[in-house]
Amino acid sequence: MSELKVSAIKEGTVIDHIPAGKGLKVIEILNLNTLNGGTVLLAMNVHSKKLGRKDIVKVEGKYLSEEEVNKIALIAPTATVNIIRDYKVAEKFNVEVPERIRGILRCANPNCISNHEYVVPKFYVISKEPLKVRCHYCERTMEEEEILANL
Amino acid sequence: MQGWKGRDVISIRDFSKDDIEYVLSTAERLEKELKEKGFLEYAKGKILATLFFEPSTRTRLSFESAMHRLGGSVIGFAEASTSSVKKGESLRDTIKTVEQYSDVIVIRHPKEGAARLAAEVAEIPVINAGDGSNQHPTQTLLDLYTIKREFGKIDGLKIGLLGDLKYGRTVHSLSEALSHYDVELYLISPALLRMPRHIVEELKEKGVKVHETSDLESVIGELDVLYVTRIQKERFPDEQEYLKVKGSYVIDLEILKKVKETLKIMHPLPRVDEIHPSVDSTKYAIYFRQVFSGIPVRMALLALTLGVIE
Repeated sequence: MSELKVSAIKEGTVIDHIPAGKGLKVIEILNLNTLNGGTVLLAMNVHSKKLGRKDIVKVEGKYLSEEEVNKIALIAPTATVNIIRDYKVAEKFNVEVPERIRGILRCANPNCISNHEYVVPKFYVISKEPLKVRCHYCERTMEEEEILANL
Repeated sequence: MQGWKGRDVISIRDFSKDDIEYVLSTAERLEKELKEKGFLEYAKGKILATLFFEPSTRTRLSFESAMHRLGGSVIGFAEASTSSVKKGESLRDTIKTVEQYSDVIVIRHPKEGAARLAAEVAEIPVINAGDGSNQHPTQTLLDLYTIKREFGKIDGLKIGLLGDLKYGRTVHSLSEALSHYDVELYLISPALLRMPRHIVEELKEKGVKVHETSDLESVIGELDVLYVTRIQKERFPDEQEYLKVKGSYVIDLEILKKVKETLKIMHPLPRVDEIHPSVDSTKYAIYFRQVFSGIPVRMALLALTLGVIE
């Protein structure tokens, strides 16, 4: 059933197939919740053949780059991105876990200097499947569960 | 191999095998020169700042001694309570200040990653002398230097790491460094304190033959090197468990009856009671020679990062 839940956008980006419940976090990570940003539409718990339930985020008047969108790969690895021009899908891509992560994740190690000083946290992705990252500062590795808890 | 002048020494992970070998051969060269001349002047006019936010006897004194032996001078503090950290100054600001006074910084800090941050902030080279439970690369390099000095090589040796392999940063960095060589590793620890899985996997991936056991007696006869570390009481949920484990890993004259004639026993020190003092005078004990290795290795690192030798 392809009933239109929210209106189609003319120009902008649609992030589809976000795991249900993660839509708000996606908006937060992509910094879309600022006053000077464009209109943002969020649909939650939408029926999905692939995922059962999913969230969808539509951003009006803004084309997100692959690099920008990859920031959400940690919480929404299933997400697909559609760039919309004149109501049509002009470009489509999947998100991909980047090699390095800057700023969006906090280190789970309470004794890591990045949790005590003015520092932008940085991580190296050492494995994408299963997801595993290493803190640039304390060198501790974090696995999926810890990563999700510290986004 | 990266150029050495201005380079930071933060983690043994940043070192290739060539880097390690270069430090070891430079240390050897400086040790010889020092022996011949009595003192050196490579670092004349240079100032080392030792920032010890956490106390340490050996590491600080050996860095300071190394700098003096190179003809340089030293400033610094031995504990955070005597610095403006006590007034709430950030590490960033402390480093920014100290780099105006010195040519190279050695830092020990209770927080993991502190040395990496210091290196990012400072324009001058920073050497990590221990960041919390993370890294202590100069200890690892002096351990390798000691092994090489004793055996003339590292390849082909059977090396046992004994004690707290779970939390001990020394054994983590040492095993990482040893993975560059063709060695067999015996990881000997109580089940509770086994080497973290990701390190064991990394070692195996790099082709190191790894044996894990909790029974020291069954493997001690195989070893060329036994690297002993302290087991800390607070790692155990109950005291009885601790006492049981502690007793089984004491190196004394009795257990030495089972070893190879050429076995060498190492320890990063301080030791508590894991090696009986009666072992000190045997031909197996090299832990005080290991302490000496700190001087040439740290001289090499200081001279290389300062760019006063190549």
